[in-house]
This record gives sequence, C-alpha cells and structure tokens, in this order.
Amino acid sequence: MLTQAQAGDIFERIKKFSTAEEVEVFISGGRFALTRFANNIIHQNVEDENHAVSVRTVFGGRTARASTNKFDDESLRRVVASSEALARVQHPDPDLLPMPDSREAGSRTGDSSVSTRVVPSRHFEQTAALTPQLRADGVKKIVEVAQRHKLTTAGIFSRAESVEGIFNSRGLSRWHTQTLAEISVTMLGADSSGWQKANSTDVTNLDPLALAETAAKKALDSAHPAEVPPGKYTVILEPSAVLDIVGFMFWDYSGMAILDQRSFLTGRIGDQLFGENITIWDDVMHPLQTGSPFDGEGVRRERVPLVENGIVKRVVYARGTAARMKRSEYRNQVGMIEATGHGFLVPNEMGEMPVNIVFAPPHNPQTLPEMVGSTERGVLVTRLWYIREVDPYEKIVTGMTRDGTFLIENGRVRQGVRNFRLNESLIHMLSNVEAMSNPTRSSGEESFDMVVPAMKIRDFNFTEVTKF
Amino acid sequence: MGALLPARRFTSNSFCSWLDFAGRSARATCSCIVLDLKFRMKQIANWALNVATMRGASYADARIVSQRSRALSTKNGTVGSASDSESVGMSVRALADGAWGFAASEDLSRAGVEATAARAVEIARASAQVKQQDVQLAAEKAVTAEWTTPHVIDPFSISVEQNIALLLNIDSELRAVAGVTLAESNLNFNREEQWFVSSEGSDIHQTKYSAGAGYTSFAFAGNEIQKRSYPNSYGGQWQNKGYELIEELKLVENARRIAEEAVALHHAEQCPEGTFDLILDSSQLGLQIHESIGHPIELDRVLGMEANFAGTSFLTLDKLRTLRYGSEMVNVVADARQEHGPGLGTFGFDDEGVPAQCTPIITNGLFTGYLSSRETAHTIGEIRSGGTLRAEGWNRLPMIRMTNISLLPGEKPLTLEQLIASTEHGILMQTNRSWSIDDRRYNFQFGCEIGWEIKHGKRVRMVKNPSYSGITTEFWNSLDAICSRDEWTLWGTPNCGKGQPQQVMGTGHGAAPARFRGIRVGSAYKGS
Repeated sequence: MLTQAQAGDIFERIKKFSTAEEVEVFISGGRFALTRFANNIIHQNVEDENHAVSVRTVFGGRTARASTNKFDDESLRRVVASSEALARVQHPDPDLLPMPDSREAGSRTGDSSVSTRVVPSRHFEQTAALTPQLRADGVKKIVEVAQRHKLTTAGIFSRAESVEGIFNSRGLSRWHTQTLAEISVTMLGADSSGWQKANSTDVTNLDPLALAETAAKKALDSAHPAEVPPGKYTVILEPSAVLDIVGFMFWDYSGMAILDQRSFLTGRIGDQLFGENITIWDDVMHPLQTGSPFDGEGVRRERVPLVENGIVKRVVYARGTAARMKRSEYRNQVGMIEATGHGFLVPNEMGEMPVNIVFAPPHNPQTLPEMVGSTERGVLVTRLWYIREVDPYEKIVTGMTRDGTFLIENGRVRQGVRNFRLNESLIHMLSNVEAMSNPTRSSGEESFDMVVPAMKIRDFNFTEVTKF
Repeated sequence: MGALLPARRFTSNSFCSWLDFAGRSARATCSCIVLDLKFRMKQIANWALNVATMRGASYADARIVSQRSRALSTKNGTVGSASDSESVGMSVRALADGAWGFAASEDLSRAGVEATAARAVEIARASAQVKQQDVQLAAEKAVTAEWTTPHVIDPFSISVEQNIALLLNIDSELRAVAGVTLAESNLNFNREEQWFVSSEGSDIHQTKYSAGAGYTSFAFAGNEIQKRSYPNSYGGQWQNKGYELIEELKLVENARRIAEEAVALHHAEQCPEGTFDLILDSSQLGLQIHESIGHPIELDRVLGMEANFAGTSFLTLDKLRTLRYGSEMVNVVADARQEHGPGLGTFGFDDEGVPAQCTPIITNGLFTGYLSSRETAHTIGEIRSGGTLRAEGWNRLPMIRMTNISLLPGEKPLTLEQLIASTEHGILMQTNRSWSIDDRRYNFQFGCEIGWEIKHGKRVRMVKNPSYSGITTEFWNSLDAICSRDEWTLWGTPNCGKGQPQQVMGTGHGAAPARFRGIRVGSAYKGS
C-alpha cells in the first residue's frame, strides 16, 4: 500500500518535473480482494494491487490531466509532459479558478458548528488483514446454510484497502485511507430466490450467517410464485430497493446540472416537491457513511441539506460551479450558493454530485413487520434491478423487482409473486410515502451505498409482469 | 499483496523503461528493440509461470498488459475534459488443487511478479476448500502468434488540436439551432497491447485499437427535456479501428439535423400507447440484440455463475437446438473474426489463448449456440471453447463476454424506405434513450429518442417519448422483415458491465433495420 509519505514524494518529484503555472496531483489506489461463489462452490477468487497518479497542469487558464500507474522518474516525467502538452493546446477557460490553497479548501461560509466535525476512522486492520482463507471460511458458512435448506447459493465476500490523496502547488495536501468489507448472498430455489447484502469499513460488523439465513428464508417463502396483475399497488420497499431507485435523482442535485438545464430540479428549488416526511442530507461525516472527506480539488465536503420536509432546499457545488452560478440568471432561484466540496476531478463536464446520502429518521418510525401489518393489500420488494431513466424531468424510471417479491394481504405476507416491471416517477413516489423505518446503511447494485429507511408507498406503478 | 515491497515502485530500473520500448516499437525501424521487448515480456511471464508451477499449479497463464487511452469532450463551446492515461501491469491465473486463483499487480520487478504468482496459487488453494469437483479445461492447441487490429491511421498520431477543432465545429453546428440548451460531444481512443503466455506453451502478442465518437443536443423547454444523439446515444459509434472511423462518420454533416430534431420533439405528439407494428433502426436493434440475445447466451450466466449480480438466463441447457428463439428470418452469430468487421468484439485470440471464432447462435430461428470458455465448453457437449473469455484490463479476471453478436441482414434487397413503404400502420423508433431487462432476460422495455408514426407506407408525423416492451422470444418470433446488407451496421456498445468486481467492456452488434409485428408500445408512460 502506498503511504502518505510516498505519495508526498511523488508529488514533489512531479512538481520538480513540471513547468506549469500550477500543478495538482491526485493519487488513488490500493489492494482489493474478492472471493466469489456460485453453485455452492468458490468459482472465482481474485486479488489485485494498483495505484495511479493523475496530474493536472495549468497554463494561462488552460488545463488538462494525464495519469499513469508507474511512479519512477521516467514515467512521472512522461505523465507530466502529457498533461502539459494537452493543457497547452486547450482554449483558455475564463471560468477556470486558481487551485485552492489549504485555507480555502478547508473553510466554509455557512454553519460554522459543523465545519469542526471530523471524519470518523474508516481504516480497520482486521478488514485489511482479511485473507483468502478467512474469506473461504465465511463462504463455507453461507454454503452450509444453503445446503441445509436444499438451496443453491451465489455471492461475494470482498475486502478493500484504499488510499486517496490530493496535493497541489499552492500547498494543499489531503490524504484519506479506508477499508471496506462486503458480503452479498443470493439463495436460489427451483422457482424462487432471496438476496441480502451488507458492507462495512469494519469486517467484524458483518455476519455472513445472518445474511445467509435471511436470504434463504426469502427464497423459501417466495417459492411457487403466483402471477398477480400489474397496476398501482401499495408497496413496501426494503432499504436496498429504496436506495437503488432514489439514487437516480442525485445526479441532478448539482449546480452544474441546473446551469446545463438537465436537472429535474431546474425551476423547482424551493418547491414542495415531495411529501413533508422527506428530509435528505448529504453528510460524509455521518458514522454510517464511508468515503473521503474532500472532493476532486481537495475541498472539504460539507454537510448539505438537500431536502427539508419535502422542500428542495439546496444543490451541491464544486468551486468553479459556485462561481459560475453566482453570475448566472439562476442565482436568485437556487438557494444558498457556495462551494460544498462535492466536485469531481477538474476538468470535467458534470461538475459535482452528492454521494453521501442520509435520509433523516421519521417522526414515527415503523418496523417492516409493522408496515406489513397495516397493509390490506400490497407488495413487499426486497431488491430492484436494471433501473434506468425514462423521463429526465418528470423523473420517471423503469426497472424490475428481483430476488424476493411478495404479495401482502390483510396485514400478512401471503406468498411470493412473479416479478414486476415498474414505471414510476420519483417525484410521485416520494410524495406518497406513508411510513418509514429508521434509516440504516444499505447497499444495492443500481446505486451507491446510502443511509436510507424502508418505505411504504401508495399507488406505486407496476406496468408489466415477467415470466418468473 | 502484502508480500510486495512498495519501495520497488520507486526504483529507476522498473518496467517503465520497457514501456518506453513498447511505445517506440510501433514505429521502430530497429528490429533489435522489438526483439528486446519480446524477450523481456517472455522473461516476466516465465518468472510468473515458473513460480506458479513450482508452487503446485496444474495450469497457469500470465497476461502482461499495457493500456493507453485518450478522452476529449466539449460542452457548450468549451472543452469539457481532456485527459490521457496509461496503465501497465500483469496478472496470473492459476489452477491448484482443482480450483482457480487470480492475482494481479502493477509491480513488474522479478520479486513482484513472483510474489503475485505465489499469491495466485495460495488463493487457488483457498478456493479449493469450497469445491465439489476439479475444474476441467477443454483442450486447446498451444500457439505462438502476433495479431494487431487492422487500422489505417494510428488515432494517437492525430494532434489534439485537430481533434478539439473537430469537436468545437460540431458543437457550433449544434448550438446554431435555436432551442438547443446543451450540446455535448466526445472523442475517445484506446490502445491495448497484451502478452499472453500459458504453462501449456502458448505465447501470444496482441495489440488492439479502438475509437469512439459522438454527440448529443439537448433541448429543455416547459416541463420537458428532449435530446437527439448521433451516430448513437451514450458516446456515439465505437469500433476497433484507427482514426479512419472518425472520418467515416460524417459527424459535422449531421449535426444541424440532429439539433433541429431535438428542438422539434417539443412540438411532437406523445407516442401513442397500444399494439403496433414496430420498425427499429439498426442502432436500437443493436442494443435489443445485446440485451435479449447477447446476455442470455452467456454460458456462465446459464450455469448460475452470475446469479448474485448480472443474473441468470432463461436459456437453460435443455433449450439448445430445441427452442424456437425467433422467426425463420432470424439468423444470429457470435463472430470475433476480423472478416466479420471491426467490432468491439473483434480480436485474434481471447484472453485464455483461444483463436477468434464464429458460432451460430440462432439459425433460421432455432437456438443453436452459447458463448463458452475452456472451463464451460463441456457442459454443452463441446470439446473446444468458443473463444469468448475476455478481461477489462490487466488486473481483472477474464470471463465470458459477448464478442460481436450480430443479426445477419436479409438476403433480399430491402432498404429502410422500402420497409416503411410496405408498412400499413406502425411506429419507427430511432436511437436508444433508456433500456431495462429482467435478470433472466425475458421482460424488456426500451425507450428511444425519436419516433415516427407510419400510415399507409408513409411517415405521417414525428412522435416523442416512444417506448416499447415485450418478452424476448415472443418479440424475436414477431420479426417479419430485415433490411439487406447495404443498411447493416456493426455498432459498438462500449459500456457493458458484468462480473464482481464489475468489468466494463465493449461488445459489437451488427444489425440492419427490421420490423416486428404486434408489439406493445408506450407502456413506459402508462399510468404516469
């Protein structure tokens, strides 16, 4: 693993090799290992180590970047030369800001009480030290559960140890290290399946047996699925299903998306867009969140209220986007404008995006069984799949249910049903939330990890049914 | 890989000096440089194979890969991004105790390579603790070979200034149309050089080039965002070619029309909902092939190996040579050979050293073949792999991937205009906007950027937000006309995700416009 001192040495050598007015170096990488199982055996088992350095140079408002994974002098000279050659032939960008210094990257103009918060430790030795043998032991337990229930299992047990650092010629230096362990389990019966997934920076928080048992129960309970006609249903989405579907709107909580008029929030900031029970923050410091506390320019990520009681309050900003927004025709329509530390590596077309989503706990949280108990007729959804945007402004998305879809009748989970296709507006969906659980850290496959609740939603739009 | 010494990355005699040889080799006049590089690659591979074998691997292969890419884009009159990247590393895949292990590292020093090989064997032994039977590989003759993507112009030889000028010219054409609110364009070039060596004696040096280009104009007005893309959405057209692809695409010539269509969509009627005859343009049909034929024929999916993420397949083994997949007119091949065309799935050898092949997938409507590998071929009674195992890069495990999955054109001459003229009432849909299919690949729904209602053989009006849905085999059995070779295009899909960790790779899909009878249209907006 690359250390902060080694990364600093790389930066110093790059600075020496460069003739640019400004230089920025972004270093990322680490060690990754994943044990993959299917048909009750380990069929793929991989490890890799890689680090890359990405160099951005600036000449008179012109900027570009080049990257390499070789750190000897000759390779660094070549990557600096590539970056400079690309930068020199650009047209000057009047919106390009000087690189931030440490003071600018660490300060904020808003709520000073939150700027003193520190990111919790996200590096755990036990996670970093997870060997192929220990991962195989975990898989063996999962397979034993499958065999006991006469099911077939597939899934992963992975661990990652990663670093991320950014340095620039104005003295900024940022460094972040993190571990992450993850288990995902699918249990397959003859005509049904169940699924569970969890991850944590600390592997001791993961319980392969519990995940396997829950996935197995879903597979068993959803056997012999009935075909129920499509239509509008009261739906209970488990947290993984919630994050997979709502994840498709967060690209739009971006100042650049507003400026580009590609956001569904264009003309809607300040509106009561969702139900009053919906409050959403972006908060990298949240104890259940992961990731580095700085953005692609090294600017500190701030806690940003995106939605409060259903009203869209703010979007996030990279430094350059904030400066442009303050000069734009939208400046009086978008709430507070300031760099929030959510920018991507510069230069880029997309600007920024919130990636540490946290839903606020509801006033009256309900457990999943309580939600089911209060539902006369509805559908319980474990997981969603292949979600894609149908309409960018009404935010209609399509997708499928998967791996554990159940009919609820008279307050009880009655039986498994064939999977549905949904075509649902996220605006409509988040306006129809009748109940929520306490938010929890959740993982899916269609969007990034979030702290989200399970939701009970009325009039959820299923348009078709598939064959299983 | 804790056994590696990070300090080695900082030594001056590392692989990077050899990388420079690799860069020069393409234009070298001195054959000794090429020979030296070849010797060094062989040396690295032998370090890996020797250690893997000594540690007890019954089979091992090593891949040393050097990747280079360039990405340029513009947005509303300015350069959006400009970047070059290179990545070099090696991996070892080893069979020990009857199970697989895989390890990869950026460290190409002798100690680094040997530690990586030892790690691969150690991982394989851990895998063997949760197995039922030993992995068996279909026999494959060892080969020594060189292969390079045929190309006329090395894309990296074209100046960045020329590329940016092209993109800004396109941008200016798009934004010349009143109502366009966002214009985006992109150019992408890739070069991947790989040395593959196996313990069975294969020694294959392969260099692949690919290029991609495209643009999109957006028009926001009222409560709608409409867009049009060219030559295709999500990055345009991609092929394994040199810069000549960019020159063939007529990018500037089509920009004004595309921008005008984006704006005109705001004045178009909503696509009607109901059952219609449907004509798909070749790019949308390419994606339809990808999702509803290409993925379900992947044998690893069929065998349950992807059940946790990408899903399984409705094409269970009993359906081989028994399932009527489509109508008599449907003939689909998986063809990785150069003679099929410069698709993103074209190569000389796959990433376990199996030569490129053509496999009949659907023959006159009958399902006749899967995509297979050396490990899986025996499950369908084959003695040889179909040659489809590919990896995203040096640090990823090769897995079954689509090559070029193509619908063969109709044999009788038929243009798109003639197809429209022979349609009484239907919808023509062009250019994908959204796509989704279930995890066994039965139920799909696609949205397109633009549609045209056809009545009495003529396009009578533009319609917006067109979508269609169906069940895979019902859909392909409803096909009743395919345009002929002149309308056939080998499209590139650069963003196909599969595997854990996920690998994003390119696939090829040849298609000519085709007509499908009695298709559900408009369900994406049903009930909203």
